[in-house]
Amino acid sequence: MAGFERHEHDVLIVGAGGAGLRAAIEAAAAGASVGLVCKSLLGKAHTVMAEGGVAAALANVDERDSWEVHFADTMRGGQYLNDWRMAELHARESPDRVRELEAWGALMDRTPDGRILQRNFGGHAYPRLAHVGDRTGLEMIRTLQDHGVHQGMDVFMECTVTRLLLDGGRVAGAFAYDRERGRFQVFGAKAVVLATGGIGKAYQITSNSWEYTGDGHALAYHAGAELMDMEFIQFHPTGMVWPPSVRGILVTEGVRGEGGVLRNSEGRRFMFDDIPALYKEQTADSPEEGWRYVVGDRDARRPPELLTRDHVARCIVREVKEGRGSPHGGAFLDIAWISEKIPDAPAHIRRKLPGMYHQFKALADIDITEEPMEVGPTTHYVMGGVRVDADTQMSNVPGLFAAGECAAGLHGANRLGGNSLSDLLVFGKRAGEYAARFASENAAPPLDPEQVAAAERHSLAPFANNGGEGPYQVQEDLQKLMQNQVGIVRTEDDLASALEDIEALKERAANVAVTGNREYNPGWHTALDLDCLLTVSEAATRAAIGRRESRGAHSRVDYPAKDPDWGCYNLVLWKDADGNMKSRREPVRKLPGRLTRIIEEQG
Amino acid sequence: MAESTFRVWRGDGETGGFQDYTIETTTGMVVLDAVHRIQAEQANDLAVRWNCKAGRCGSCSAEVNGMPKLMCMTRLSDLPMDEPVTIEPMKAFPLVRDLVTDVSWNYRVKENIAAFQPREPDNEDGTWEIFQEDVDRVMEFRKCIECFLCQDVCHVLRDHHLHEEFIGPRFMVHVAALEMHPLDTGDRLETLRKDQGVGYCNITKCCTKVCPETITITDNAIIPLKERVVDRAYDPLAKLLRVVRRKGTPA
Repeated sequence: MAGFERHEHDVLIVGAGGAGLRAAIEAAAAGASVGLVCKSLLGKAHTVMAEGGVAAALANVDERDSWEVHFADTMRGGQYLNDWRMAELHARESPDRVRELEAWGALMDRTPDGRILQRNFGGHAYPRLAHVGDRTGLEMIRTLQDHGVHQGMDVFMECTVTRLLLDGGRVAGAFAYDRERGRFQVFGAKAVVLATGGIGKAYQITSNSWEYTGDGHALAYHAGAELMDMEFIQFHPTGMVWPPSVRGILVTEGVRGEGGVLRNSEGRRFMFDDIPALYKEQTADSPEEGWRYVVGDRDARRPPELLTRDHVARCIVREVKEGRGSPHGGAFLDIAWISEKIPDAPAHIRRKLPGMYHQFKALADIDITEEPMEVGPTTHYVMGGVRVDADTQMSNVPGLFAAGECAAGLHGANRLGGNSLSDLLVFGKRAGEYAARFASENAAPPLDPEQVAAAERHSLAPFANNGGEGPYQVQEDLQKLMQNQVGIVRTEDDLASALEDIEALKERAANVAVTGNREYNPGWHTALDLDCLLTVSEAATRAAIGRRESRGAHSRVDYPAKDPDWGCYNLVLWKDADGNMKSRREPVRKLPGRLTRIIEEQG
Repeated sequence: MAESTFRVWRGDGETGGFQDYTIETTTGMVVLDAVHRIQAEQANDLAVRWNCKAGRCGSCSAEVNGMPKLMCMTRLSDLPMDEPVTIEPMKAFPLVRDLVTDVSWNYRVKENIAAFQPREPDNEDGTWEIFQEDVDRVMEFRKCIECFLCQDVCHVLRDHHLHEEFIGPRFMVHVAALEMHPLDTGDRLETLRKDQGVGYCNITKCCTKVCPETITITDNAIIPLKERVVDRAYDPLAKLLRVVRRKGTPA
């Protein structure tokens, strides 16, 4: 394989956000040689955007909290489609993972007696999110990055994997290009961990960066791994809506955790108008009770603004649709009102939400300590991903692991805020640990020159397509399509026509042409990302057609109710021998009695 | 809707020049939006580095009308739009292409700074007692998003190219964050003096001025580090004591 730069590692990790870095640290600690490949510079991955905090039942603020309550909250939030074992491991292990961050240098906000402070968040029964202001993700990724680079690992920054290489049914490595020079990199590895994050760039309005093109999902799918729960895409209820250039940028749920309320154009707190039965018992009856909850009254129930994200997003859409939206098609999110309740509220807001204060001041000329923000739903997170074993995070392809957003199972039909950072830590660690173990028990597989040659041909194809259209128009058309037809509210007709349109876009994508050379050429990179975007878009659309009910983040106008029968199944997708995407219903794994009892006890 | 012209640097480390692009601009646009529009409509291969587009990741650093800025947080409404907006890459690092520079030197520097070393845990369960005041003291330094604009504007790096002798403001902030961390027990002062060039900074405060996170780099990080180094290395009384001790040591 002359002409390529060759690398050999025990464990290759694709993606260097929270999950990838945590996996790399664990695999290196186990003695494996580790290669860490990331599309951006180290420390810039999407984890840096996480604002609210990391969920862990430390019980520092409310001693009634425990892993059992966290487990039950996670299952309820996921409408019981979660893999129970992942939900259990996550709830049990996240406190240790958070404390470990502190031992590596992370500094989080404190309780008066010097322990890690925790804040309220949607769907969590007690204050559970360890945080530092509203920049928890930055603290976490910087801690992992700084700890990781002193552990000894080879980091390949600005390097994009386009194909996984296989040996028989087993993973054998990966084919990649570096952005800077466009040189091809061939990685041989005994085990590969995918930690590539989500698929938000398939949509027009998203809180996700350019990197979020579903690479891990698509790489795994084309290598023979199964995807699961792809119909469940989280639309975060509060993204910025104005001005147009910032549309979609995240407004942290922490605003609501600190007492922010949602109002429509008539000034009404519309979240009180529709409280789902599953949460009736846990939700405040009055604004007054909601405020008492915010300030820590243990007898008060949480305000309806802190219901799960799927529900809050749909309520905002309803208000806009019925003509009660804000001027730019959203709802009003007001934190300034707390000045009625506490002295020196502006300083308090600036201290607890410094990033939000700065973001609105700089980008929208809004002072959030004085006036409400305009917010609306933005594509934020995909619950679906690579189907993995709960304990090891290995997919059905031997040696291929997945962790974090690109893996499925923990969150079921809807993810609770704060459960993503803890997911990255708990399952990043597990993936790294078991990948290292797999590597120690298996010899290095040979690389197949024909697969490498095919990957090279695929990568170079856009340069040969002289005179075709550029990649940006195809990307934009796909984003519009997904936004309008595979969005928050879905119908069979829209979805079916979306599937046809995706086929047409695949043909256009195969013919896009790029100009310039291979050195740091975003046109070329965008052309190659299209393959992954189209694969995950097809997966999301097929799964959405398949699930004929409304549950969690998946909402069908033609099947508006929850169907108890569908509550027993996950949807699994895979690629058949002819290269077609197939789906089947897979029974949800039955909970053992000890966990059923926990759920019953938690009401 | 209005038409505006952007004068963008195109080229690699060897050849290149400014090229004008005229595009339609809309309400609320930032410089990065303009670059993206140029990229999508007129120059597909225009190289630019970016990620979060919300001032949180520190990827899209460049010089806008000569000022080091994050392109995603620089609004067109704050610039004089009756003349072309100049966008060029950072100057303290080797150019890769167009607006992208090779910032890998920064990562190598960081690897050579001694890692965090916590004291023994305070509690049996392996946890520590840390109070909010302790967190607040270093919080400013920990806001750093590693955009490297402070490195770009530092004359020791930008004009004198002393990258091998001086770690630059970003890493002074990093060392300060470690040295003032409530749990850290490491000692980085000798390295700071001998290998990392703390003496090169002559406090012009350019770094502080360009920091998008408004970290008071010079006053709160660099000057205290300089003071600590001076206290350690040049305090006459301490020096005398060291001499006496050395003389007292049997050969």
